[in-house]
Amino acid sequence: MAYSEKLIDHYENPRNIGSLDKNSEDVGTGLVGAPACGDVMKLQIKVGADGLIEDAKFKTFGCGSAIASSSLVTEWVKGKTIDEAGTIKNTDIAKHLALPPVKIHCSVLAEDAIKAAIADYRAKTAKVDDPAKSTGKDESQAAAE
Amino acid sequence: MTAITQIRRNDQPIYLDYQATTPLDPRVLEAMMPYFTYKFGNPGSRSHSYGWEAEEGVEKARGQVAKLIGADEKEVIFTSGATESNNLAIKGVAEFYKDRRNHIVTTVTEHKCVLDTCRHLEQEGFTVTYLPVQQNGLIDLDRLREVVTDKTVVVSIMAVNNEIGVIQPLAEIGKICREKGAFFHTDAAQAAGKIPLDVEAMNIDLMSISGHKIYGPKGIGALYVRRRPRVRLVPMIYGGGQERGFRSGTLPTPLCVGLGEAAEIAMKEMDAEATRLTKLRDRMLKGLQAKLPEIYLNGDLERRIPGNLNISFAHVEGESLMMGIKNLSVSSGSACTSASLEPSYVLRALGVEEELAHTSLRIGLGRFTTEHEVETAVDELVRHVIKLRQMSPLWEMAQEGIDIKSIEWAAH
Repeated sequence: MAYSEKLIDHYENPRNIGSLDKNSEDVGTGLVGAPACGDVMKLQIKVGADGLIEDAKFKTFGCGSAIASSSLVTEWVKGKTIDEAGTIKNTDIAKHLALPPVKIHCSVLAEDAIKAAIADYRAKTAKVDDPAKSTGKDESQAAAE
Repeated sequence: MTAITQIRRNDQPIYLDYQATTPLDPRVLEAMMPYFTYKFGNPGSRSHSYGWEAEEGVEKARGQVAKLIGADEKEVIFTSGATESNNLAIKGVAEFYKDRRNHIVTTVTEHKCVLDTCRHLEQEGFTVTYLPVQQNGLIDLDRLREVVTDKTVVVSIMAVNNEIGVIQPLAEIGKICREKGAFFHTDAAQAAGKIPLDVEAMNIDLMSISGHKIYGPKGIGALYVRRRPRVRLVPMIYGGGQERGFRSGTLPTPLCVGLGEAAEIAMKEMDAEATRLTKLRDRMLKGLQAKLPEIYLNGDLERRIPGNLNISFAHVEGESLMMGIKNLSVSSGSACTSASLEPSYVLRALGVEEELAHTSLRIGLGRFTTEHEVETAVDELVRHVIKLRQMSPLWEMAQEGIDIKSIEWAAH
């Protein structure tokens, strides 16, 4: 199977490998896939005070297409608002990397990963934005640490 | 002619997939050449020297194949390969004896061409027992003894598994079959020329052999069919009645000659080659184990052909690893390249968990594998496994002490 140059480049020189602190308030983490199915993606976003995604990191267990799809997505989401990032479609990923038909599921997984990361971030900020919680518990916890 | 030590060009990757196919030994090619050119006669032509010459070549080859397995040359018939041999053996006996016996025994780790033939026969009304294998890949002889009955027409158990290289206890299986009056067929595509085989000592009634797994040409194989006591088959291909009527069609003389020559070389060099390959194989395994934690060998190490390794590199998906080791030609234990995403049924049959089955590679060493190639392969594998583990979320979790089984994964 011949892969596109872009795909091979992302596989050989993956962008943004690594992890962000999953407990941090401004980090959203998405963990999708399953080891038994042969792919697992962990994608994390760090959202700045201005509402823009300032950093993104990934780790992927999966084939070259899965690695390339997640690497590409971390590049795309940086500098976007979370709403914009949420509009990334698997078809855009598949088209950009010229994924063969049997590898389309890798792009679907990458889309799921970014959506999961956004959902995680939103769940966290919803808690923080809730005045009852943010003023009381969270700060005292942070102070205790 | 001296032994050749290198046949790949320097710009080709290192070939480590000898269970998929083997290169043609240059000595085999040399033996074949006259039969492509001036010795072109039809071995069936009885009226002139062209035919006699070709027939002589074919009959010499038949003898060479017979000698490799301790058979008489009259008991060897040429086919297009092991797939045809397996089809002919199983369908042929099942069909012939169907009025008396309607039960077939095989194992879950057979090659697809045996399993699919058995599935077909099930549709034709036969009952098939698919024996499980133990964790080491070998069958349990007691279970075999339990399932073979006086209704069993044939027991088809491969000599050596193509994915994990384990050697089944052939002599013991043959003994059980003989006691119960069932024929014993063995798919010896991966075994012939690599381990000693003796159809008499092992009570084998039918044996399939492939040319291209033993440094012979593709498109040729053989089926051993016992004459005493006689095994009868319904043929699949009808015509001129060649090959004792079991397999009609003009014989491909150069291919037959190639298979014969390959068999003779394999037999002559078997002991020395086994010693050499075992050393290389152990070096590869130890080299990997020394530098990589959490790697697992699939299948028994002792009862295994020297040229095979099947290793799970935990937390690294096999296909991505193969994409990285561009300079090595190996194959994935998992069939992830298909849309099905199903890991190898052979590994699953050993009880290898799915997540580990996805991380497996089959590494096949053979006649032209050098020490230098093994060293290079170890280095490349180690480098890429480390790199891919650094980007594996599963490896990260394992390092943090998180049990990945404790996570509720969404199936997709």
